[in-house]
Amino acid sequence: MKRKGLLLAVFSAFLVLLTGCNSLAVLNPKGPVAKTQSNVILFSILVMALILLVVYVLYIFMLTKYRASKAAPDYEPPHIEGSKWLEITWITIPVIIVAILSVVTVRTTNALDKVPAGYEDQKPLVIYASSSNWKWHFSYPEEGIETVNYVNIPTHRPVEFRLYSYGPITSFWVPQLGGQKYAMSDMVTKLNLVAEHEGSFMGKNSNFSGEGFAGMEFEVLAMSTAKYDEWVNDVKNTASKLTEEQFDSLLETAKVGRQTYSSTHLEFRPAPEGEHGGHNHGGASADDSQADHSEMDHSEMDMSDSEHGEADHASHGN
Amino acid sequence: MKWDEFFVTGEPMIYGAMVSIVVVSLAIVIGLTYFKKWGYLWREWLTTVDHKRIGIMYIISALLMLFRGGVDGLLMRSQLAIPENGLLDAQHYNEIFTTHGVVMILFMAMPFIIGLMNVVVPLQIGARDVAFPRLNAVSFWLFFAGAMLFNLSFVIGGSPDAGWTAYFPLASNEFSPTVGMNYYSIAIQIAGIGTLMTGVNFIATILKMRAPGMTLMKMPMFTWSILITSVIILFAFPVLTVALALMMFDRLFGSQFFTMANGGMDMLWANLFWVWGHPEVYIVILPAFGIFSEVISTFSRKNLYGYASMVGSMVVISLLSFVVWAHHFYTMGHGAMVNGVFSITTMLIAVPTGVKIFNWLLTLHKGRIEFTTPMLYSLAFIPIFTIGGVTGVMLAMASADYQYHNTMFLVAHFHYVLIPGTVFAVLAGFYYWFPKLFGFRLNERQGKLAFWLIAVSFNVTFMPLFFLGLKGMTRRMYTYSADTGFGPLNLIATIGAFGLALGFILLVYNIYWSFRYAPRETSGDPWNARTLEWSTHSPIPDYNFAIVPTVTGRDPFWEHKKGGHQLYKGKYEEIHMPSNSGQPIILAGIFFLFGFSMVFSWWVPAIIAGIGIIVMMAVRSFERDHGYHIPVREIEETEARLRGEQA
Amino acid sequence: MKLDNSLPLEYRSEENSNRIFGFWLFLGAEIVLFSTLFAVYFTLWNRTGNGPTGKELFEIGPVLIETFVLLTSSFTIGLMINSMRQGLQKAAMVFLFVTLVLGLIFLGVEIFEFVTYVNEGATISTSAFMSSLFVLLGTHGAHVTLGLLWGAGIMLQIKREGFTLDTANKSFIFSLYWHFLDVVWIFIFSFVYLKGMM
Repeated sequence: MKRKGLLLAVFSAFLVLLTGCNSLAVLNPKGPVAKTQSNVILFSILVMALILLVVYVLYIFMLTKYRASKAAPDYEPPHIEGSKWLEITWITIPVIIVAILSVVTVRTTNALDKVPAGYEDQKPLVIYASSSNWKWHFSYPEEGIETVNYVNIPTHRPVEFRLYSYGPITSFWVPQLGGQKYAMSDMVTKLNLVAEHEGSFMGKNSNFSGEGFAGMEFEVLAMSTAKYDEWVNDVKNTASKLTEEQFDSLLETAKVGRQTYSSTHLEFRPAPEGEHGGHNHGGASADDSQADHSEMDHSEMDMSDSEHGEADHASHGN
Repeated sequence: MKWDEFFVTGEPMIYGAMVSIVVVSLAIVIGLTYFKKWGYLWREWLTTVDHKRIGIMYIISALLMLFRGGVDGLLMRSQLAIPENGLLDAQHYNEIFTTHGVVMILFMAMPFIIGLMNVVVPLQIGARDVAFPRLNAVSFWLFFAGAMLFNLSFVIGGSPDAGWTAYFPLASNEFSPTVGMNYYSIAIQIAGIGTLMTGVNFIATILKMRAPGMTLMKMPMFTWSILITSVIILFAFPVLTVALALMMFDRLFGSQFFTMANGGMDMLWANLFWVWGHPEVYIVILPAFGIFSEVISTFSRKNLYGYASMVGSMVVISLLSFVVWAHHFYTMGHGAMVNGVFSITTMLIAVPTGVKIFNWLLTLHKGRIEFTTPMLYSLAFIPIFTIGGVTGVMLAMASADYQYHNTMFLVAHFHYVLIPGTVFAVLAGFYYWFPKLFGFRLNERQGKLAFWLIAVSFNVTFMPLFFLGLKGMTRRMYTYSADTGFGPLNLIATIGAFGLALGFILLVYNIYWSFRYAPRETSGDPWNARTLEWSTHSPIPDYNFAIVPTVTGRDPFWEHKKGGHQLYKGKYEEIHMPSNSGQPIILAGIFFLFGFSMVFSWWVPAIIAGIGIIVMMAVRSFERDHGYHIPVREIEETEARLRGEQA
Repeated sequence: MKLDNSLPLEYRSEENSNRIFGFWLFLGAEIVLFSTLFAVYFTLWNRTGNGPTGKELFEIGPVLIETFVLLTSSFTIGLMINSMRQGLQKAAMVFLFVTLVLGLIFLGVEIFEFVTYVNEGATISTSAFMSSLFVLLGTHGAHVTLGLLWGAGIMLQIKREGFTLDTANKSFIFSLYWHFLDVVWIFIFSFVYLKGMM
């Protein structure tokens, strides 16, 4: 009995807490990407709650009905081999559930790879976000400005973050705008986000990267286009330029506060994409490497390689 | 390496640990000398090739490592209890979560399971030992050498600090300049070789040494789970061997596998690690399924429901376990296509797992359920593990995973899988098979109390982490500020962690108390169980079975007790037994020295130790030891004594 | 000890047949090990950094010698097992000896090849490609080295004891190991050297 009560308490606490979504950043989205993800999460929680319910009802039923203390003293449990139909049932139903979840997953995952629906026509704002030690650099190539540890974006405009790292793998994450993606040293990954509400959102590196990891946060400030343009102009007029030496010593520093510059480091230190990518040293073309992978058929590793091939191409599609 | 960097300095906690290590070692040495137990220890334990004793040594080591990993866990939870806590600094915290992960998975969960399978599998299949008893001892001592080497990093040279996943470039010399990650690559390698040998040994044992009549589809479910686990070990561990070797080459010999320049590829490490790492999860979970199957069937007084589908589902899980690894890094920027495929394969694992859950529930159906301690752990497993399972499906959905990845939600998920799965299982197995080994039961009252403390505290510890994850708290952060709002839930989790610790202390007391006071039983079958291991005496004679049993059904001992089947036919014959040997422990000792020298790049001692390893292999090759025979007279005497008759 | 005399000596006792079975399992693990190394090599083979490519590096001459020598040694170890089964101890010893000598030649050529690479400035730290090449070839070479020591030990034992349950079993298992190394080499030859030179 004690256990049943406990489980029910845990379960209801779960539901109560879920309804109070506002304090849960992931379920309090401020843009279409996070909104999609939040919907997927809520949908999956619902399906999972149903499954839990079935299991728990069966479980409680078995434990209350068939305890030895309730059985007749001479009760001898029968030998039961199994039941074909029951087993087919509990294979088929989960397969159907997995199929439904798969459709949802594949569709949303595909959608998240692209610019969010409704924003396809707009030219995205490109921001290069790169990490070094325990700080983030944000370069706006078109505007010709660069910030450190904060990023301002206009609302209702798709932003294409291009991520890379000057060291360990980091993960760029703004929970209220959308899920994360890794920033790595020899390729550029892309993350499309849109803010539909003005406000300040927490952004952070979520992938452990060493000693200063815990404090590796940045602020995302979403503002109206007018305010954003004003800010860009302001930076251009007031901030100093970022020189190569300055940037090098900035890279060396463990942590810094916010910084603002009226030029970007991309001019002298381009991102690892296109001809500057870490791949294909030695001149072999990407197509060659694809062909190689198809020839190795003797190991379970081969899939990972060809996938990497694809991943590489995706990131080069610039 | 400068000598003043050799010992880790500057941390009061580590000084404390150094002192206690020295004190405990001295106490052991003095105690053994005073009680004149060196000879006993050497003859009966250190040189043993008996699967039961090796199993016990595995379990004792696992309990020690549980203590170490548990203290790590408690320290982490204490540090996170309140915002801006200053108990640990970032470096120390990073070391602790790294070692917590490695110790708990590789030096606690695995050896505990391997210990149980050592004890139980030969008994369940009616064999007198494993196929290669000497190799089995080598496996154990290599694991032990690896575990000790890894733990040594704590006081000499510095612990690894790049996470148990050791992602590059973070784990490279550039970003992890201490010898910590050298320890990681070498200590795990040594233990891993031992594990690989265990895999070979148990496949051979199960396939070649079953009692007459025991076809594959008549094997007990635990034995089935170990067979499948061993196959996974055989195919997964070589990948770890390669990954760790490449890491060692990168760190010690300047190769460029995972570096940031000259064509190195950090993503390759992540792939190799998880191609091993995901099957590894099933290496520790499938035996757990086996244990639960045995316990639930025994205490429902019923045969296991859906035997064939139980076997089938494990086979399917083992196959799927090799094609899901990329779900550990959906966020690495593969296309949606790749993520979609891995999402589907991952979610598919829920189907065979669900089959097992329903089969266990239906085993309870129409049963006569007795709530013993092992049964309590097995029953608590079902609802808690199901939470772990369904959150696993949620994590498998790539689009949603972008939001869960690297957060406390993930941490909560895998603890919800591994603790009710593996830890509850080994505890259930421990309580269940303990009387078989020692001839008395662990006290049930204390056992149940410990169970309730552990089960409740577990939920208090890890349930809040799901919500912390959704609030945006990432894993591996050593501190957080008050305005994040992470404080209250973290505090609850920490309270739960101390409850867990209390539960485990009670469990250890339970063992101690029972050794002193529990009534001794002679029946050999205290639980009224069903499989072959219960048909021999407790404690078990060296040769396990005086006569090799003949099997006709899945629950041979149950059928025997019900009078339908005679297990032991024929009369006593001479029994061939393997002889003890000091070679395994010496070999492992040399491996330890080799590893230690390699960690510090001391080439000359490393080469000498390397030659020593080859010499030991040659010694073994030239040895002609075919064991010894126990004469019929001695068997008769032993059997009479174990039946309680005075000879 | 129960012996089934219809079986060849190396399989005759239960212990022997278990050992052979166990060794097959071990070879399964070895296959995974080498597959992983090949996978690493194929992932990194065109990531040559500032170092040479395979095309610039590989020379067909030494590789052909290595291949010829190792394939022949696989044949001679087969002859050795055949002689063993016919009870021709002397012939078996000769074939085992020839196998080991061929193995030694292979190893010598491989070391020569490595030295050439290093002299040309292509070391293990030159590029990811060189690292994966050295580790793949080196792992195979280390297996051959260990095999030479092992084979020499078995030769001594046969000399001392003749063909017994033990020595026959060891010889047979050694032959499995040696054939396996040959198979791995065929993959190395085709997918590393031939493909690299194309």
